Amino acid sequence: SSWWSHVEMGPPDPILGVTEAYKRDTNSKKMNLGVGAYRDDNGKPYVLNCVRKAEAMIASKKMDKEYLPIGGLADFTRASAELALGENSEAFKSGRYVTVQGISGTGSLRIGANFLQRFFKASRDVYLPKPSWGNHTPIFRDAGLQLQAYRYYDPKTCSLDFTGAMDDISKIPEKSIILLHACAHNPTGVDPRQEQWKELAAVVKKRNLLVYFDMAYQGFASGDINRDAWAVRYFIDQGINIVLSQSFAKNMGLYGERAGAFTVICSDADEAKRVESQLKILIRPMYSNPPMNGARIASMILNTPDLRKEWLTEVKGMADRIISMRTQLVSNLKKEGSSHNWQHITDQIGMFCFTGLKPEQVERLIKEFSVYMTKDGRVSVAGVTSGNVGYLAHAIHQVTK
Amino acid sequence: MAASIFAAVPISPPVAVFKLTADFREDSDSRKVNLGVGAYRTDEGQPWVLPVVKKVEQMIANDNSLNHEYLPILGLPEFRANASRIALGDDSPAIKENRVGSVQSLGGTGALRIGAEFLRRWYNGNNNTATPVYVSAPSWENHNSVFMDAGFKDIRTYHYWDAAKRGLDLQGLLNDMEQAPEFSIFILHACAHNPTGTDPTPEQWKQIATVMKRRSLFPFFDSAYQGFASGSLDKDAWAVRYFVSEGFELFCAQSFSKNFGLYNERVGNLTVVGKDADNVKRVLSQMEKIVRTTWSNPPSQGARIVATTLSSPQLFDEWKGNVKTMADRVLLMRAELRSRLEALGTPGTWNHITEQIGMFSFTGLNPKQVEYMVKEKHIYLMASGRINMCGLTTKNLDYVAKSIHEAVTKIQ
Repeated sequence: SSWWSHVEMGPPDPILGVTEAYKRDTNSKKMNLGVGAYRDDNGKPYVLNCVRKAEAMIASKKMDKEYLPIGGLADFTRASAELALGENSEAFKSGRYVTVQGISGTGSLRIGANFLQRFFKASRDVYLPKPSWGNHTPIFRDAGLQLQAYRYYDPKTCSLDFTGAMDDISKIPEKSIILLHACAHNPTGVDPRQEQWKELAAVVKKRNLLVYFDMAYQGFASGDINRDAWAVRYFIDQGINIVLSQSFAKNMGLYGERAGAFTVICSDADEAKRVESQLKILIRPMYSNPPMNGARIASMILNTPDLRKEWLTEVKGMADRIISMRTQLVSNLKKEGSSHNWQHITDQIGMFCFTGLKPEQVERLIKEFSVYMTKDGRVSVAGVTSGNVGYLAHAIHQVTK
Repeated sequence: MAASIFAAVPISPPVAVFKLTADFREDSDSRKVNLGVGAYRTDEGQPWVLPVVKKVEQMIANDNSLNHEYLPILGLPEFRANASRIALGDDSPAIKENRVGSVQSLGGTGALRIGAEFLRRWYNGNNNTATPVYVSAPSWENHNSVFMDAGFKDIRTYHYWDAAKRGLDLQGLLNDMEQAPEFSIFILHACAHNPTGTDPTPEQWKQIATVMKRRSLFPFFDSAYQGFASGSLDKDAWAVRYFVSEGFELFCAQSFSKNFGLYNERVGNLTVVGKDADNVKRVLSQMEKIVRTTWSNPPSQGARIVATTLSSPQLFDEWKGNVKTMADRVLLMRAELRSRLEALGTPGTWNHITEQIGMFSFTGLNPKQVEYMVKEKHIYLMASGRINMCGLTTKNLDYVAKSIHEAVTKIQ
């Protein structure tokens, strides 16, 4: 008999399951609005020009393949920190931070979660917004922490339940960990306005919470990297020493290269050194040291003025196309004759849109129209093109009229 | 402002082998030699990007149909299948019977970690924090940390290195296996044992397998040097394949860091051999969950390079040639170092230098002698006496041999 007879079949990943079902579908009109990867207006994956250029530059340098340090490529981690914090950031300039390279957003979140489990003794509780990215919960759980929630999304208005959020957060036990999406909330696309961020910062400070920012869409949300990092920078300016996870999967289209970073804002440079040494102790038994390729590309882009400029233009291009698709979807729904209020589609920001569609309606979209999305009604706007936005509006109208 | 929550975080000591390289870098002595960290070096003391890797990277760069999309959670399918095939052999009964699974991982370390996390959750019941895990004495020091961080509380050593006779302590090893609680997990080095370079012979492996089968011990192979040890992929995989042929269910953590020279691309594979396809399917589904919360999906570049190479007969042959080049240079350095020490009349016996296999040699130098080597001679090696043969070149062989001679004769 086998050692594994008692091993249960694991549940299929809901998001990837959508793509798998989509692939099997033979309908020529099919649309994949499941997984969050950017597509161009032809529905194709988009390799950024600045990425291609960076790759060519890297190839011409004929570099070796020696192990990176455990904490990753220094040029990359420094540039990542500067991108998030801003070049004028006091925390950045004083060196009172540590940034280690992580395996894209997931790996960075996990390192941070493990670090908090080991060194943040005040609490085992991580408060996530309701809803949050599905993978947040198992990441923190596997790291040994406990999950709690605060109100965030209001399904009645398809927007932020700010009163509910403030109410819940003001009651979170002191020194708990609270996770905030820096911009382009996943899955809802609902972000606080700047005045709301200010109030959130105040209450978080009052409750003495440890703030964990997840920033997976800097630049991708509004098209402006500084605007998208505003909340992160504001919190730090308010004296809140945050921890931060960054991903370059979406904003540089480096999905499979796994480029990310985890940052801890510290009291001073000495503390940063001590924290760094402990992060390395966590990383080594996980995968020893991080993969070079994505970090090298990202570093080349961030640190080469011409490439950086081109990148900023391209990331704005991606964000603009998404915004344009939102606008077209709403206008097409109106044209279809829909009487519903679809304003949330253009109010929301980033790759995802919480349509407000119910599971039964989603089911119909999949079965009758071959329009694939997750059961919660989340649509990846990146999968919408000027070629299929009309069809999508038609399908949504059919299941909601 | 309130005191920082991290005020009490202590500085942790650096990982020894990296500290060694850091010290080496800072050393301004022109005679310095780095015999520390395990990466291949040419006879000019330079890193070596394999010619076949350069060629394949160019192919990848020129292929405009490729993009940077996410790989599946378990990795690039062509990589996974080929990587496991390399370990188990083209004619592996397990592959034919469709009872092999693969998880693309971040290097050998990543493969070990995923395997360890899975075992802690699912091996022998559902909670294995108390299941003993046996690591060879000595072993790669990260083995302990991997299993500890995966949640195992009872990590023990099994006898392996016999310092007196400078060889394998087979009897001690077998005794430990006899005494080990049933169902214990044993980490076995598939070939080119790190750090001793001392491997069991096929006959000795057979004895090990017999005891492990009788006592229901779980074999977790660590295969970081396939091809690199003897120059032959098949020869270096003999032990793993033997265990498979004996009907064991096992894990094999593979690294392509050394044999492909892809160190910083983090290319590894966890090969799972089960009793049948259904068991393997369920195991993989649970491993997917573990991968998802660790790194979501693995990096693409290195896997593409390996997959492309292994699936083309011509590139595969080229690769084997590159691997043999590396293995042969190491064998040459072993022979040259040994002959110099014997010519110098350095006290002791030095046949272990050529009898040991792979990148490393356990010289037998004691910590004081090592300190002498580092401080007085600027030759950097691990406190255990482990040297990386790749750090030797035709230019520094004389200096290193003379220095070892001095250390052994001057310091007891």
